[in-house]
Amino acid sequence: MHEGFSPAPDLNNIYRTTDKRNIQGRKRCGELLGRSVAFLAAALVVVLTVSIIYFIGSKGLAIFTVHGVRFTEFLFSTHWWPDRPLEEGGPAVGSLTFILGSLLVSLLAVAVSAPLSVIVAVFMVEIAPVWGQRVLQPAIEILAGIPSVVYGYVGLSLLVPFIRNYLGGEGFSVLAGFIVLSIMILPTIISVSTDSLRALPPQWKEAALALGSTRWQTIRLVLVPAARSGLITAVVLGLARAFGEALAVQMVIGNTRTIPHSLLDPTITLTSAITMDMGYTIMGSLWNSALWSMGLILLLMSFLFIMVIRVVVRGGMVR
Amino acid sequence: MNARLADRLATIMFWTGAAMVLAILALLLGYILWHGIRVIDWHFLTAPPQTIVAGGGVGPQIFNSFYLLLLTMLITTPLGLLAGIYLAEYAGKGRITEYIRLSIETLTSLPSIVVGLFGLLIFVNMTGWGYSLMSGALALAVINLPLMVRISEEAIRSVPGELREASLALGATRWETMWRVILPSAFPGLVTGAIIAAGRVFGEAAALLYTAGMSSPILNFSDLDPLSPTSPLNPFRPAETLAVHIWKINSEALIPDVRRVADGSSAVLILVVLLFNICARWLGRRIYRRLTAT
Repeated sequence: MHEGFSPAPDLNNIYRTTDKRNIQGRKRCGELLGRSVAFLAAALVVVLTVSIIYFIGSKGLAIFTVHGVRFTEFLFSTHWWPDRPLEEGGPAVGSLTFILGSLLVSLLAVAVSAPLSVIVAVFMVEIAPVWGQRVLQPAIEILAGIPSVVYGYVGLSLLVPFIRNYLGGEGFSVLAGFIVLSIMILPTIISVSTDSLRALPPQWKEAALALGSTRWQTIRLVLVPAARSGLITAVVLGLARAFGEALAVQMVIGNTRTIPHSLLDPTITLTSAITMDMGYTIMGSLWNSALWSMGLILLLMSFLFIMVIRVVVRGGMVR
Repeated sequence: MNARLADRLATIMFWTGAAMVLAILALLLGYILWHGIRVIDWHFLTAPPQTIVAGGGVGPQIFNSFYLLLLTMLITTPLGLLAGIYLAEYAGKGRITEYIRLSIETLTSLPSIVVGLFGLLIFVNMTGWGYSLMSGALALAVINLPLMVRISEEAIRSVPGELREASLALGATRWETMWRVILPSAFPGLVTGAIIAAGRVFGEAAALLYTAGMSSPILNFSDLDPLSPTSPLNPFRPAETLAVHIWKINSEALIPDVRRVADGSSAVLILVVLLFNICARWLGRRIYRRLTAT
C-alpha cells in the first residue's frame, strides 16, 4: 500500500517494514484460524442438536408414517398390546398409561420438592448465609453428584421394603417413585433458586426492613415475589429432570402397564418402558417404533419445558 | 397471629427445611457407606463379576468406568473449551449466537435416555461399531459438552477485563491474549469445573445401556494392544460401567449375592464422586494460590 508513496526507501527500512508485515500477516492468520476453530466447535453444538431432533424425530414418527397408527390412538388410548396378533384384538400401541405415569410421578415429585427447595434456598441466602455457604452448599453439590442409579438402589433396598412393611402394597409404587424423584431434583431446584435470590438488589430487602417489616414479611412479600421468575425457572427445570429421569424410577415404580388407583399401586413411565424394552425389540418392528415415539415425546416435552422457561424469564425481565 | 410470632414460626420452618435436607443427605450417604464399606476389599475391586455363583467383584466395571470417562473427557474438553472461548470472546449478539445458546440449553435439558437413543441410532448402528466404548464415550460427550461449554465460558468471563485490555494494548491479537493471558488465569475455574463434570459423567448410566452396552467381554489385562479384542484398551469393545452394573444386577441378575455386589458398587461409586468433589475444591484452591503469587 505504502510503497507507491515513499519517494526513496532505503533498504534497511524496507526490510523492517516487510518483516513487520509478515509478522502481522501471520498474526492475522493465526487470529482468523483460532476464531474459525472456536466457531466450528460452537457450531458443532447446533449441528448436534439439529441432528438429534432430526433422527429422533424421524424414528419417532415412523409409527404414524410406516405402521399407519393413528395419532390419537397412540396418544390417547390405554390399549397396549404391541405383540398381540390381529385375531386377538391387537396389535395396539396406545401409550396413555405411560404418559400418565410419567406426568403423575414427576408432578408429585415437584409438589413435594419445590416448597422444600425454596425454603432451603431462602435459608441459605437470607437466614444463615455463612452457614449456608459452609455447610449447605457442599451438601447440595454432593446431593447433585450422587448418581441416579444409586438413588434408585437406595429406593429399592430401603424405601420399597419400608412401604411394603408399613404402608401396604408391593412396595414398588407411585409413592416410592415420586419420593426418589423428589430427592433427586432437590439440588436442581435449590441451586437455581439460590442464584435468583442472590441476584436480587440488596436495597429491596433493606427498604422493606427499614419500613418495619419482620424478616418473614420481607421474605414473603418482597424477596420471594421479586425472585418469582427465577423460582419458576427452577421448578420447571426440576420438573424436566424428573420427567426425563429413567433408571431410578424404573427401579422402584414396579413397571406394570396399568393406571394406578392409589399411591401404593405400581405403574410405568415413558422412560422406564424405553429402558426395559428397547433391548428386546427388533429395530423397525411396531413395538420398537412405539418406543422411539415415546423417546420423541420425551424430546418434545423437554422443548416445552425450555419454552416455558424462556417465556417466564422474558416476562420476569419486563417487570 | 402477630407479626413477630409469625416471624419466629417462619424461622423455625426455615431451619427445619435446611435440617431436613442435611438429614436426607446424611441418611443416603450413611446408608450406602454403612452397607458398602464392609463389602469393599481388594478382591471385590479387582475380581471379574460372576454370573451365577456368589463372590464376584467389579474389577472390569471399575476399569471401564474410568476408561470411558477418560475417552469422554478427551473428546469434550477441547471442544467445550473452544466453544466456550467463542461464546465468551467472539460471539456477538447475532442470530447465530442465539441459535448456539438455544442449542446448549436444549442439550442440557435433554433426558439422558434420549441421548442414549440417539447414540444407539448413530454411534452404534450407523457407524457399525455395535455396543462399544467409543459409542458410549460419544454419547456421554453429547451429555457433557453443554456443561463443558458453560463452564469454560463462565471461567473465561470471570477473568478481569483489565488483563485482556493490557494484553491487547501491548499489540497481542485476541487469540494470543486468549492463550497466553486469559486461559492461564481462568485455569482454576476450568479445572474445578471439568472435575465436577467428570463426576457427573462417572455416574451416568441411562445413556450407556444401549451405547456402551450391558456386558463386558473377558478382558486380558496383560494385553495392552488397543486393537486386540480382549484388550481392556480396545475402544471398540462393549463395556459395562459400574453404574450400569448396579442397574443391571438389580433388574435381571442371577447371582445370589446381588445385595452384596450392589452395596459395594454403590459405595465405590459414591466414594469416587466424593473424591472428585474434594479434588475439585482442593485443586482449584491450590492452583489459584499458585497463580496469585504465594
